[in-house]
Amino acid sequence: MAPLLEARGLCRSFGHVRALTDASFDVHAGEVVALIGDNGAGKSTLVKALTGNLDLDEGELLFDGRPVAVTSPQQASAMGMEVVYQDLALAPHLNPVQNMFLGREIPRRGLLGRLGFMDDKTMRVRAEEGFRELGGTVRSLTAQVGAMSGGQRQQIAIVRAISWASKVVFLDEPTAALGVVQTRNVLDTIKRVRDKGIAVVLISHSMPHVLEVADRVQVMRLGTRVATLPAAGTTVEQLVGAMTGALDHANTGKEGPA
Amino acid sequence: MSVMTTPANPKTVTGDPAPEPVLKRLANMQQVWILGVLLVIIVAFSAAAGDKFLSAGNFSLIAQNIAVWAVLGVGMTFVIITSGIDLSVGSVLVFSSVIAAKTMQAVGGDGWSTAFAGVLAALASGVLWGLLNGFLIAKAKIPALIVTLGSLSVALGLAQVVTGGIDIRSVPEVLTDFNIYVKVLGIPALPFVALIVVVLGGILLHKTRFGRYTYAVGSNELGARRVGINVDRHLILVYALSGAMAGLGAVLALAQFGTTTIAGQSLTNLNVIAAVVIGGTSIFGGEGSIFGTVIGLFIPAVLQAGFVIIGVESFWQGVAVGSVLVAAVYVDQSRRAAMLRGSARKPLLSFLTRR
Repeated sequence: MAPLLEARGLCRSFGHVRALTDASFDVHAGEVVALIGDNGAGKSTLVKALTGNLDLDEGELLFDGRPVAVTSPQQASAMGMEVVYQDLALAPHLNPVQNMFLGREIPRRGLLGRLGFMDDKTMRVRAEEGFRELGGTVRSLTAQVGAMSGGQRQQIAIVRAISWASKVVFLDEPTAALGVVQTRNVLDTIKRVRDKGIAVVLISHSMPHVLEVADRVQVMRLGTRVATLPAAGTTVEQLVGAMTGALDHANTGKEGPA
Repeated sequence: MSVMTTPANPKTVTGDPAPEPVLKRLANMQQVWILGVLLVIIVAFSAAAGDKFLSAGNFSLIAQNIAVWAVLGVGMTFVIITSGIDLSVGSVLVFSSVIAAKTMQAVGGDGWSTAFAGVLAALASGVLWGLLNGFLIAKAKIPALIVTLGSLSVALGLAQVVTGGIDIRSVPEVLTDFNIYVKVLGIPALPFVALIVVVLGGILLHKTRFGRYTYAVGSNELGARRVGINVDRHLILVYALSGAMAGLGAVLALAQFGTTTIAGQSLTNLNVIAAVVIGGTSIFGGEGSIFGTVIGLFIPAVLQAGFVIIGVESFWQGVAVGSVLVAAVYVDQSRRAAMLRGSARKPLLSFLTRR
């Protein structure tokens, strides 16, 4: 079966800095793929390239086995791909419902809708469904998001992403700012999203979390993929070794540079 | 390696704020306590001056005085919610009134058709200035403060060039009569027009997608871009709206004074901005309401009328308004800081917002 989303030989330079050099990536439907690597290894750049936030010098993207060009974030959204950015991209003065439908407001029927009036009731009902489905900790749908805890905000951003993503969700460091319990919620959420048949791409520095939720781990170093490891049976030491290059000569033979 | 499983019930997270009761939410809104301030001022003057202050005539006069500013305030509220500023409204008003007066002179006559041509000219002039401001701010990325400071100067300068610095006094009689004689539901014409604009502005801001995006852009511009909102276009439209309001304000000012007011609008921008900010619209963006702006306009106007009636020199109005302005922004900032800290510490003036 062809991967849901596949990248082959992506290259991108910023001046003399080569952010991506022949980078490849693939993720299947209903699979959690972790993307790890040291700072500056090109993880975020790769995600930007996959979601239409970055022009590529070289390389091709395949979606469902067919070559595609993703040129804008809007196009990525239309294809069913959503990103939860590390800064969450929420509007702190709006409430969870307004944030969830921001840019995708449901218009009222008829003339009022064409004049720009919004169907707040329907949006609220749908948002409630989304939050209930995830069993989240967001209690008030009318309070400002800015007044909520980091974990709740994270959850709102994730619910927003998975409500619109029918194919792939990218999570950039979703647990970096969270406490133990909130982290647990996010990891459980990831599993539930995967069980719905959606592909999840997880960027994280936390090796135990990666090994817990991921099916496969793709390791990046110096702008390219250096290893793909199944999470089962892999140890933190092996991951760190692949990230830093310490294992280059004693490679486990699972996969060389792509 | 086996997957580690520590079952945790997501419902047991502690430290979440309980749903806020409506009363507390109301008490946290700056419009509500600033409305309280207005009521206190009205009660104080009523106690001091009695019926002389609490008369329909007095309030009719107050409404006349703030009608033009209320129209400008609608546009300014949108602009400030996007975390921008529009210093040019007074000058754009002057420029638009000059263009309108010149147009009406050219058309000739004293009838409604002449006045209508003037209205169109004023609106077109205002919208063009707004589009120019918006384009320079959104596309050329020049700070709004600088752009509108520049257009403040340019618009006023051009108005003086066109007129040679001498006010045009030939305003069609229908316009001045409209101000003096027409009353709708007992409300004089100018405040009535302003009321309609205020209501429409409130609906646009609070009920439509345009309003929602206005808050979103001011709250988190990058986030708004990431969800696909065309932020540049929205900013240009918001400044165009402010310009259009200045154009409409120009017509109202012509009707009110029967002449252009080239030298008379130098503090209009600051008065309108002060009213918007007193009314709870945050200069940091993302928060505000048209209702608050109207309250913010009434406070200085009521103070002035009250001081005149009880015989205090009206110079004290400036002292009082300035103090209210600074206090309003202080409370606003404390509230924001408390919100970001998760309401851990009460702001100094929290007793004002408590039930």
